[in-house]
Amino acid sequence: MSLDFDLIFERLPEILSAFWVTIWIWVVSNILAVFLGFGVATLRRYGPRWLDLLLRLLVEIIRGTPFLVQLFLLYFGGPFIGLSLDPIPAGLLGMTVYSTAYYSEIFRAGYNAIPPGHVEAAQCVGLTRGQIIRRILVPEMTMLVLPQCVNMAILMMKETAILSIITVPELTLVVGAIGSQQYAFVEAMFLLALFYWFLVELSGFLGRIAEAKLSKFRFAHS
Amino acid sequence: MSMRLFELMLWAAGKTVLLSAVSIMIGLAIGLMICAAKLSPNKLLSIPATLYVSLFRGVPLLVQLLLIYNLLPVLGIMVPSVVAAVAGLSLCTAAYQAENLRGGFQSVPRGLLEAADMVGMSPWKQLTRIRAPIAFRLTLPALVNEAILILKASSLVSVVGVIELTRMAQNLSASSFRPLLFYSVAGAMYLVICWVVAGGGSLAERMLKTGSRA
Repeated sequence: MSLDFDLIFERLPEILSAFWVTIWIWVVSNILAVFLGFGVATLRRYGPRWLDLLLRLLVEIIRGTPFLVQLFLLYFGGPFIGLSLDPIPAGLLGMTVYSTAYYSEIFRAGYNAIPPGHVEAAQCVGLTRGQIIRRILVPEMTMLVLPQCVNMAILMMKETAILSIITVPELTLVVGAIGSQQYAFVEAMFLLALFYWFLVELSGFLGRIAEAKLSKFRFAHS
Repeated sequence: MSMRLFELMLWAAGKTVLLSAVSIMIGLAIGLMICAAKLSPNKLLSIPATLYVSLFRGVPLLVQLLLIYNLLPVLGIMVPSVVAAVAGLSLCTAAYQAENLRGGFQSVPRGLLEAADMVGMSPWKQLTRIRAPIAFRLTLPALVNEAILILKASSLVSVVGVIELTRMAQNLSASSFRPLLFYSVAGAMYLVICWVVAGGGSLAERMLKTGSRA
């Protein structure tokens, strides 16, 4: 068995543009999902009961089914209900919906972890509900959920590989295609694996630095 | 959807359960070994184990599956795609389970082991009577969680040509032009399987709790 990695490196420009597709889909879907997830958790907590039940059902469905099946449903089933999307928008939408469900659970746990005394104290000094959310809950929760959010973002980095199955031109699809064309599929997958490994370790490292820097804002637990 | 097609989907769901169960079991066995190696004071064992965990947790499962599926023939190993799929799932879940088990073993209270030392229990007896049972009880929730993750992740083996629930839904929707129907049914089946596993897990936890004397 001989491996010739030059066959893959010849096509570096294509790989770089695929890398940007992976990165921007990952970044955009995660940023959207953090805000939407926070919104879902907030609506479930402060909205009417029927909305809580409805959102809970949706979150359970999304968390209980494979991402790949959701993508197939969206990409192949979508056109039958008038939702014809190209691979990249479909991938972005799928990623966002999928991660929103997970982020909303993180924020729900974050809301529950805030000591009730802090909210009661805020009510005593006459803060409105909006003020309590903005000035007490959100800042405290940001610190509580940061480690889980970093973890989730890293998990989602790996999930982007699945987008290749619905032909989003991201890293896995492009490197796989180059591997097939150059008759060097194993080499291609090997490099791809190393690349994802590096990305995941790097994001974990950066996440830990961010946590350490922000940990001084952590409130004392009661 | 006709009864015949529904039966096909059910059969495929069974295959998904079987694939996942076998992978979880093999992954647990490998995970135990990795965990033991990682906790070992010998660096020749702990460094490779740490590297294994980091590598298999840091690479997308899809890439691992594609690599294993295409690497085996290059190495001269000819196996059916199901074997490559189970190998990929097992190697991946082993890394996660090793970490869960490590957490479990490290959370065994020190005092219990000191007490066991005092009454003269041999290290092996300490392992089988104290450390392993407690660590198992502590890791059970994580194991159930991992089983659910693998059930869902097993949908990825459809790309290496194994016919399981996702692949069956893909085939049937391609031949009938009804993707909405078949992917929804597949999703519902995954949902039911996950709920059953989660329910069984919390039942087992409750039973273990009543059985514990601590």
